[in-house]
Amino acid sequence: MSLWTLVIATAVGCYLLKLAGYLVPARALEHPRVRRLVELLPVALLAALVVVEALAAGRHLEFDGPRLAGFVVGAVAVWRRAPFLVVVVLAGLTAALLRLA
Amino acid sequence: MTAAPDDPTRASVIRDSLGVGLAVGAYGFAFGAASVAAGLSVLQTSLLSLLAFTGGTQFAVVGVVAGGGSLAAALSSGLLLGSRNTLYAMRLAPLLQARGLRRLLAAHGTIDESTAMAIAQKSPQLSRVAFWWTFGGVFVFWNLATLLGAVGTSALGDPNRFGLDAVVPAAFLALLAPRLRAGAIERRVALGGAAIAVVLIPLTPPGVPVLASCAALLLATTIPGRRR
Repeated sequence: MSLWTLVIATAVGCYLLKLAGYLVPARALEHPRVRRLVELLPVALLAALVVVEALAAGRHLEFDGPRLAGFVVGAVAVWRRAPFLVVVVLAGLTAALLRLA
Repeated sequence: MTAAPDDPTRASVIRDSLGVGLAVGAYGFAFGAASVAAGLSVLQTSLLSLLAFTGGTQFAVVGVVAGGGSLAAALSSGLLLGSRNTLYAMRLAPLLQARGLRRLLAAHGTIDESTAMAIAQKSPQLSRVAFWWTFGGVFVFWNLATLLGAVGTSALGDPNRFGLDAVVPAAFLALLAPRLRAGAIERRVALGGAAIAVVLIPLTPPGVPVLASCAALLLATTIPGRRR
């Protein structure tokens, strides 16, 4: 499989996965319990993404000082309800400055 | 859109949506850089952002390629990660009520950010505003930033020098925050998902820890202490 096959298969696969969710009959979501679970799914996935992006280096856990410090500063900004852009800038700036030091 | 054009709530939703797009652009830059560093061409990198258009998957795919993983492993972990968009779409379908071509387009824009922004709104009308504006904003900035990051990689070097590796998890946390404030069950599910991911990172291929976090939904059905 070439890189081109990978790019095309990823693009087609990703679109079909998205479209599939719109083609599932609406009745599937009428049950309040089902709806609640679908509501909660992104919560679990986003929490896992936070952890993976903060701690993973391929298949290893990596406790990288500047990355974690930047993330923690960003997390405090989130907790203080700072705007999205402020969170991003503070996190990036913290990690970048620590790497310069 | 039937909301009054001078509605301040609608205006603030649009502003927040574009703000999300701008912020996501910051790591579109990182994706462009990471992808070219992994060995993809600038064209392949840009096509991934234009056509796959789902950041987590794109990062996973080039991450596996960069880590020396097989192309099949790259594809499967990318698609595993992309399958969450199916669930987002199921959640969004009744909110968006899109038909025909509009639905085909809505499908393309069904990603973490547009879903999080749409479900955070107080009414279906505002949800639709948030979805389309976040989709548009993220699409424009993500693709521009991807191109810049890809083209600029050789000049720039390691994008983590600029703290982009800290930006990504902080941005995901910002997207998660409104759900964490929604209730105790949300917080329990989030903690469960995070715990599953930590345990599985060293044990499973990239992409699996995120997908497996769905098992944390079991925490939403069994409520400890209820038996008292």
